[in-house]
Amino acid sequence: MASIPDQDHSGFRPSMLLNDRRYRGLTYQFIALIVIIFLMAWLGMNLVSNLAAAGLNFSYSFLGDPAGYDINQALIEYDSQSSHLRAAIVGLLNTLLVAIMGCITATVIGVTAGVLRLSKNWLVARLMSLYVEAFRNVPVLIWILMIGTIVQLGPSPRVYLGEEPERGLIFGLFAFTNRGITSPAPIWEAGSVWVVVALVASIVAAWAYMRFRKKALFSSGTLYPAWPVLPILVVPAVAFYFILGQPIGLNMPDTLANRFNLSGGFEIQRPLIALWLALSVYTGAFIAENVRAGILAVSKGQTEAAASLGLRPRRIMNLVILPQALRVIIPPLISQYLNLTKNSSLAIAVGYADITATLGGITLNQTGRAIESILLLMLFYLVISLSISAAMNVYNASVALKER
Amino acid sequence: MSDTHAQSAAFVRESFIPQSPPPARERGILKWGRENLFSNWFYTLLTLVSLYVVFSLLSGFLPWLFSGVWNAGSLSECREILQGVDAGCFAVLTERWNQLLFGFSYPTEAYWRPTLAFILLFVCAAPVLFSGLPRKLLILTLLYPFAAYWLLWGGTIVVPLMALLGVVLGYVAFGATVSRGFATALVAALVVAGIVWWVGIAVAGAVPDFVALMPVPSRDMGGFMLNMMLGTVCVSLSLPFGILLALGRQSRLPIIKIACVAFIEFIRGVPLITLLFVANVVLAYFLPPGTNFDLILRVIIMITMFASAYIAEVIRGGLAALPRGQYEAADALGLDYGQAMRLIILPQALKISIPGIVNVAVGLFKDTTLVSIISMFDVVGMIRGPILASTDWNGVYWELYGAAALLFFVVCYTISQYSQWLERKLATDHR
Repeated sequence: MASIPDQDHSGFRPSMLLNDRRYRGLTYQFIALIVIIFLMAWLGMNLVSNLAAAGLNFSYSFLGDPAGYDINQALIEYDSQSSHLRAAIVGLLNTLLVAIMGCITATVIGVTAGVLRLSKNWLVARLMSLYVEAFRNVPVLIWILMIGTIVQLGPSPRVYLGEEPERGLIFGLFAFTNRGITSPAPIWEAGSVWVVVALVASIVAAWAYMRFRKKALFSSGTLYPAWPVLPILVVPAVAFYFILGQPIGLNMPDTLANRFNLSGGFEIQRPLIALWLALSVYTGAFIAENVRAGILAVSKGQTEAAASLGLRPRRIMNLVILPQALRVIIPPLISQYLNLTKNSSLAIAVGYADITATLGGITLNQTGRAIESILLLMLFYLVISLSISAAMNVYNASVALKER
Repeated sequence: MSDTHAQSAAFVRESFIPQSPPPARERGILKWGRENLFSNWFYTLLTLVSLYVVFSLLSGFLPWLFSGVWNAGSLSECREILQGVDAGCFAVLTERWNQLLFGFSYPTEAYWRPTLAFILLFVCAAPVLFSGLPRKLLILTLLYPFAAYWLLWGGTIVVPLMALLGVVLGYVAFGATVSRGFATALVAALVVAGIVWWVGIAVAGAVPDFVALMPVPSRDMGGFMLNMMLGTVCVSLSLPFGILLALGRQSRLPIIKIACVAFIEFIRGVPLITLLFVANVVLAYFLPPGTNFDLILRVIIMITMFASAYIAEVIRGGLAALPRGQYEAADALGLDYGQAMRLIILPQALKISIPGIVNVAVGLFKDTTLVSIISMFDVVGMIRGPILASTDWNGVYWELYGAAALLFFVVCYTISQYSQWLERKLATDHR
């Protein structure tokens, strides 16, 4: 601060706490602190006396008790004798599952719709506008319920199997019924872990090759071909698969075992499909808008400048437009992912057992432990949100324009 | 100069040939179609696919819509009339429209009240929305909350009148004492208003039938009316809180800043549904034993907290977008913090934040449907609860969800179009 000539240097007097700008901030903060402490204390005292009056205590011991309810889709071993804690973990994994699946499909849908909306093809652009406006302006809960209804429209397994069960499977692999989608399930046998390791290693190798290729281009101008990526990705895993004697088998859905139902295979149940589809198309509409804004944000001069340097259209897209557009697109994209994760808490509307439905729904109602359950629930969502936004801050700092 | 002129030459053109029209494929619909639909094989493919999509959507939807049944007593009656034709059973809308709009226990003879409040909302919001209207009309906007309260909840007119009187007298007291400092004036205004309200409660208790409408308890409100009510109330309440939170977050005083950041990040980190659970089952534990106010009020509190955190972030963006020079210019003029904010910073920051605020408002309005999950009967709650559960209409999904979606679409689309119009109007930069 610039020094003020006629400033009073004669030391501190109590009246300065109100009248002097240098010290008034302290008074305000002190008052604010007192108010906050009093508010907290008041809420806390109310809580204690209310709990005492209701004969309750604050404890998480209920998490160890048997849950006593079934969950239709669980990623880990679970039955009705498992503890409430395990039910909560099943719910947590289910939330993460639908969130990750939803983010992937929403991105695909959103990027496609966003790019097509900018297309010069009049009809396609109009159709995409219709899609975006229809989904952005109607509550996600209504979409979840509607898509839940659509998914119910499928044939029952019995009708689906019909008289000639062999024909029941699409591509001989999938079955679509009103119970969900049945698909082949992998059977992991001894040695399968090496195939997976080989696959992961080849993904890393492919990434390293692309990086090397980019570096070589930027440093020396030599352009190595891109096609070796494909063999790097495929060959080692396939080779290991056959060398180790085909350790990964497929458990096919069996249409002949039972006239009334499909057995075998892996069943993605209806609630998950409904929620997944609804969240994907709803969030996809928002992502489409972000993508469109990002592409429009790159000024036309950039394209023209790149073209005048003699770059070909694909190179212009990859080297000039996309890096600049991504800087604009990624932050809102991440916050759409966060929204999708938070919206997945509406799973309860279609009967999908996410963490809000297990911990915040059935467990809460059975045990009556409202405060503990909701606190835990909020903590879980808070951890996800804060870790994603921390990651986003790191990304933002790394791509921020470095000027002046 | 040449020797040939018009008289001696065999032929000299003296006038322009009339322009011939462009070739057929270079004009009109053909040109447009070739450029916009079929410019290369990929576009042609896209166009054909889109045409197929449009055709299959319309061929499924239009017959369903136009051969629908509008008069029947139940779904089975509908099916009898349709005789196997696949068409909508809109009779559910003609029979249950009142439940969809007003909930199932709002008194039928009082339907004009929420309707009037809804119409008045537009009249009274107009001076805020369109700056071309005379500024004096803002008085209407100020009166609206009191009128709407009286219309929706009913009871004696003394309650809203005394509430209004308290606000007016508080404002007068503020004006009279503002020369002695902002804080003094604020305290004086609050004291005066408090006294008037206290007297008002006593008076209203004494004459409950003075110019009274039939009182309607909040638990009887439902349907789309509840969504509109929650949306309007929560958005308007969350604006001032949002501004305060945003200023607090920008503050140089660490304790205030930390408190605001913690509040905002906490609220933004959890889904609205968990906050509604709090309103439903937990909030009562944090209030003095014996207090018991209705669910709608608790939900309004939680949704307002939720919305103000989001609005605070939008306004913070607006504050951050202002050039530092504006802050420094305010300092250089010798304005104190309050004056600088009121006169220089906030008007500009709010203008920048308008699109964001409208986005939050639309999002919040859509999110009011979530109250159906804590078993309140808003429009979605009405559909999932009383209507679909009744034996008459069990199974009429599309017509009902479609109607609800249409209601929301109309409101939200209008708001977003308004916001785009406003953005264009306020744009002072040159492009």
